[in-house]
Amino acid sequence: MTEEVESLIRKDYAAGFHSSIESETLPPGLNEDVIRFISAKKGEPEWLLEWRLKAFRSWQEMEEPTWAHVHYPEIDFQAVSYYSAPKSMDSKPKSLDEVDPELLATYEKLGIPLHEQEMLAGVAVDAVFDSVSVVTTFREKLLEAGVIFCPISEAVHKYPELIKQYLGSVVPQKDNFYAALNSAVFSDGSFVYIPKGVRCPMELSTYFRINEMNTGQFERTLIVADEGSYVSYLEGCTAPMRDENQLHAAVVELVALDNAQIKYSTVQNWYPGNAEGKGGIYNFVTKRGVAHTNAKISWTQVETGSAVTWKYPSCILKGDNSVGEFYSVALTNNFQQADTGTKMIHLGKNTRSTIVAKGISAGRSDSAYRGLVRINPGAEGGRNYTQCDSLLIGDRCGAHTFPYIESKNPSAVVEHEATTSKVSDDQLFLCQQRGLDAEKAVSMIVNGFCREVFKELPMEFAVEAGKLLEVSLEGSVG
Amino acid sequence: MMLNIKDLHAKVEEKDILKGLSIEVKPGEVHAIMGPNGSGKSTMGNVLSGRPGYEATAGSVTFKGHDLLEMETEERAREGLFLAFQYPVEIPGVSNMEFLKAAVDAKRKHQGLDEISSVDFLKLARETCKRVNLDASFLKRGVNEGFSGGEKKRNEIMQMMLLEPDLCILDETDSGLDIDALQVVADGVNAMRDGKRSFLVVTHYQRLLDYIVPDYVHVLAGGRIVKSGDKSLALELEAKGYGWLENEVV
Repeated sequence: MTEEVESLIRKDYAAGFHSSIESETLPPGLNEDVIRFISAKKGEPEWLLEWRLKAFRSWQEMEEPTWAHVHYPEIDFQAVSYYSAPKSMDSKPKSLDEVDPELLATYEKLGIPLHEQEMLAGVAVDAVFDSVSVVTTFREKLLEAGVIFCPISEAVHKYPELIKQYLGSVVPQKDNFYAALNSAVFSDGSFVYIPKGVRCPMELSTYFRINEMNTGQFERTLIVADEGSYVSYLEGCTAPMRDENQLHAAVVELVALDNAQIKYSTVQNWYPGNAEGKGGIYNFVTKRGVAHTNAKISWTQVETGSAVTWKYPSCILKGDNSVGEFYSVALTNNFQQADTGTKMIHLGKNTRSTIVAKGISAGRSDSAYRGLVRINPGAEGGRNYTQCDSLLIGDRCGAHTFPYIESKNPSAVVEHEATTSKVSDDQLFLCQQRGLDAEKAVSMIVNGFCREVFKELPMEFAVEAGKLLEVSLEGSVG
Repeated sequence: MMLNIKDLHAKVEEKDILKGLSIEVKPGEVHAIMGPNGSGKSTMGNVLSGRPGYEATAGSVTFKGHDLLEMETEERAREGLFLAFQYPVEIPGVSNMEFLKAAVDAKRKHQGLDEISSVDFLKLARETCKRVNLDASFLKRGVNEGFSGGEKKRNEIMQMMLLEPDLCILDETDSGLDIDALQVVADGVNAMRDGKRSFLVVTHYQRLLDYIVPDYVHVLAGGRIVKSGDKSLALELEAKGYGWLENEVV
């Protein structure tokens, strides 16, 4: 039966095509000149170049972290190209009509039409292709509400005060090895600002695509929700199938000022490598948000891709009564490895956090939940609830849980629950005896397992996420 | 002929369990299969329904004219073979409603029909719940999740009603049921007896057969049928036990 389970999890990666688009790509290698080149390419002000160089100098003195429960050959950071952009973007197209049709076709193929009239109503998209943002839709409509949604490279010019104030305010340049690298070479990403009291009129989303070979993607996203505002944001990611591993080291910073709410959802489907474990994306990401008084930050992630994932979207609950949430589904198959979780840092009084993490391991994959809940001395009445569930498919995969709890205030209440279960032969047989085929049965069982997390996703994406799981699991039972 | 089992041999984990089982079931008939522990009663249901790990090694089984042993587990189900489980498993997070609709749709698709609309299905499912005395709120709960023993069994009968199978195999459905639940299960089965649908009722006790009156009673021992008769055989077994049949076991 185990073999049956295993063979059900095999399926082609639908987003694995490569678009032939003429690109300007820097030769591999990293030094100060490369950073100056990137900065000049984007016409950045002097302060930002200095900011990058400072990060680079710190990075050179830092060590790659090795504490995560993942194994991969040492990365040669000099073999990676740090900038690649479609040539057609040089002329800076003013409207969609001027964008290279091949680029638009790429997104079309991925199911993300960029023509506004064809899009899901109510979702604005920033499309990032390798190192640059190709197009951002619905910008005018958003501006009417005072909402800024644009590539961060553009925000540097248009809204320098906001960028200066908030860039690096949540994830400092020297925060960790990959954050420092990102700070030095970040190429593009999205910037969002929601003014005071505004409820963003549509879902915002950024779609990241790595296309070029041997290119790293280092995007940087910054979302600032001013007092009393609300925004729901989603990111999606894919890459072509290649035998070489590719590096993705992003930084996301969220700032929720007093009474603001940010809901950040991720559907990550980077190329996971083939069934033998060759190729795939190394996904080393730093995501963190600061919640001020009465503010709320929710992270929801569905992670099915990447060869190696190292990612801990976190909340710093700085203001009194602030709330942090983390809902996660991490699915690993074949030879994928994931070490993911969250950090909830309680600083303010009566701060509350909820963690619901679901790990699904199939094939020979290995998945770990790593979470930190810290209640600082001043976090009077702090409260955390953590639930960690692992589901194993087959008998050659692994699931691990590393919870860290540090409570320094006696009035705090911290709860942790963990379970591990298997998709049992009995469950499969029940489904098949009722006429369902094995694949449908497994995906139904897995979807049931993930229910609590999926219900946190925006409607359209919950359906997507369900389908994605189905695809990722295909071939796991035969 | 609904089901024709001829000289069936089967093994589980390298152990021979069925050793020459033969039974003929015509449409509309109810056959009770009784027998001591370990005689192969549950194995029979599992082999017929195609449970992985239960391997037929010799003999043949024809179901509605098809070679049953050649069919995939789910094909057998879609073709109208239903097994009511002795111990139904839980599937957490998957609502009964979603599960049942998927099952009904799988069968409809097999028959070349469109999927049933959610509205129609909900109506049908609610009515069916009522027939087995289950509250409609069970539809929203996870499959068998936190159900009591009796609720699980009634849920099995509800599934049987929804799927309208041609051949129902009840694997010790009466075990662990109190009299009231037994009555509900039996009423459900009796309501489905329509002169065409056939039943194989596997049971340890004569008690169930007071409620579901069989056309034939077979005693399974040592992996094959050692005695067949009408319903009076069940009463005889109740009085004398299985010991007197031992001579007949080879």
